[in-house]
Amino acid sequence: MAAADDNLSPEAKKSRNRRSIAIALGLGAFILIVYLTTIIRISVNVGGAGS
Amino acid sequence: MNNKSAAEPGHYFALLKPRVMSLVIFTAFVGMMAAVAGGSSLHPGLAAISILAIAVGAGASGALNMWWDADIDAVMARTALRPIPTGFIHKSEAAGFGLLLSGLSVALLGLASNYVAAALLAFTIFFYVVIYSMWLKRSTPQNIVIGGAAGALPPVVAWAAASGTAPLNAWILFAIIFLWTPPHFWALALYREGDYARAGVPMMPNVAGEESTKRQILIYSIVLVLAGLAPFATGLGGPFYLAVSSAFGAGFIMLAWRVFTAPPRSKDAAKSLFAFSIIYLFAVFAALLAEDLWTLYGRS
Repeated sequence: MAAADDNLSPEAKKSRNRRSIAIALGLGAFILIVYLTTIIRISVNVGGAGS
Repeated sequence: MNNKSAAEPGHYFALLKPRVMSLVIFTAFVGMMAAVAGGSSLHPGLAAISILAIAVGAGASGALNMWWDADIDAVMARTALRPIPTGFIHKSEAAGFGLLLSGLSVALLGLASNYVAAALLAFTIFFYVVIYSMWLKRSTPQNIVIGGAAGALPPVVAWAAASGTAPLNAWILFAIIFLWTPPHFWALALYREGDYARAGVPMMPNVAGEESTKRQILIYSIVLVLAGLAPFATGLGGPFYLAVSSAFGAGFIMLAWRVFTAPPRSKDAAKSLFAFSIIYLFAVFAALLAEDLWTLYGRS
């Protein structure tokens, strides 16, 4: 792993870090969206069942 | 060139064709609001997530298109600076990225709305990537005529997301974008003819010739403007829509006529039509949206 890092320029390492952060944010956003979708659908269905 | 290790998140975002995505978001939103104004109901949060899923699905098909067309993108001035030709992203990464987002967007749309909409989105991606990019684009000058169906489907997908069905009015929106695509892209091809010929893409001007292309642009423009009046006939649009569609339709035909009568090799008229075609599509969809918003909120 360290050997692979050594082949990268400082700028390339910064780019890789930014890509990693973007992937983390994207994954986090996807999890949040699926969670929100589930909660909204449950609330809509429960509300619909009660009416 | 190998800029791969310097790839930024922005390069991946560029794979999604953000300008195409913005048009997809807009037309899908209009389709969804038309369905809601017509009596369908969808939770605002689920509506927003559905539009996001449709936009990501469109972006995913853009990434897969860039993967498949990397060779021709590299020789066309308009596309040479895309992330794959410039070496920032490897083809296989674009393919993986596009496939991943395709799967996630279809699954998310199914979760947020219904499986009819999800199936339509999956079909849209399949049509754009396999039917248009892989098959038609390099084999026939009718490529963008038939392939235009993929770009025309987002309002139908969004209508289905809101209602679970795709009624006639949804397909009228489809028809407007479908008929708009040939004059829009052929106008572009008229002044980018060398680009497409260099890449070996059989666009109408470099296969059938300039005169035939101009004639077909005029015919499609007339049919498009007539289709643009159809929403008024079915009740999807009201008097305001009729006025906007008629006025901008008259402008469209006038510019198509200017292209038709322009001297050979003259590019100005084609550039004007290309620019106006974008304004036309925005205007007719914005008019529908304005009437739908008035129906939903303006009368209370």
